[in-house]
Amino acid sequence: MSAPAHRPAKAERTMWTTRVRERAVREMPPEKLLPDRQPSYVSSWIYVFGVVTIAAFAVVVASGVILGLKGPEWWHLTGLGHFVNSMHLWAVEIFFFAMVVHLWGKFFMGAWRGGRSRTWVTGAITFLVAIGAAFTGYVSQQNFDSQWIAFEAKDGLNAVGIGSFFNVANFGQMYTWHVILLPTVVVLLIVGHVLLVRRTGVVPPYAARLAKAPPAATATAAGAATGAEDA
Amino acid sequence: MTGTTPLGAIFDLNVPAHYLSWHFIQISVPNFVVIVLMIVVFVAALLIPFPKREREP
Repeated sequence: MSAPAHRPAKAERTMWTTRVRERAVREMPPEKLLPDRQPSYVSSWIYVFGVVTIAAFAVVVASGVILGLKGPEWWHLTGLGHFVNSMHLWAVEIFFFAMVVHLWGKFFMGAWRGGRSRTWVTGAITFLVAIGAAFTGYVSQQNFDSQWIAFEAKDGLNAVGIGSFFNVANFGQMYTWHVILLPTVVVLLIVGHVLLVRRTGVVPPYAARLAKAPPAATATAAGAATGAEDA
Repeated sequence: MTGTTPLGAIFDLNVPAHYLSWHFIQISVPNFVVIVLMIVVFVAALLIPFPKREREP
């Protein structure tokens, strides 16, 4: 299934749709995109925190859509509004909690090895953009807490020289960043991150057992492992 | 608000957080607790065995 069944004629190959489709199938064959098996080394709890992060993000988006549709008066003054507001907050807490544990796990297993640098970089950028998304959420609450955070943050942003680009005390501006711009960037980064994981596979653990093997076997195995990781 | 209803929060979140100070480091107790919990979960994820399942290498 990795190659298209029908090979287009030369005239058809000039169409951009044909070229995009062929490249998409070549770069991301269906058996890699939706695999039916995973390597044995992923049988560890440390590998579940990536998907926990995505699950929490789905709750964040769903609860955020409800909050956005109902508005500040609803989320401040009604019981159901308080509930959805709290669900939004705690889903964000779980999102960052799981993402940090995921980051620690991938850092200590050197997840950028074996041609996976783009996977690592997209994950790191997602983390940074998500901090901005969470911050703009805090200043969009429409209460004294958000006012306090906004005026503290104003000094912080001015101190690092980017204060002229953002007005953190402007609800409309911060709300647009929070519900449109930054979530879109986070979603695109997560999609790219997951596609890169599918393409290159989950990073294998360090070859910890090589040190116990005989010298000759160690050299051979180490060479093979290095070659595999650099592929 | 806590204490006004039987189902009020276990911890009163309507008061300023306590802070821990150590030289130039200053951190709120809630943030410190979350960081400790993350470390605990990270170590537990490494040590607790994953349910066995038939997989190919």
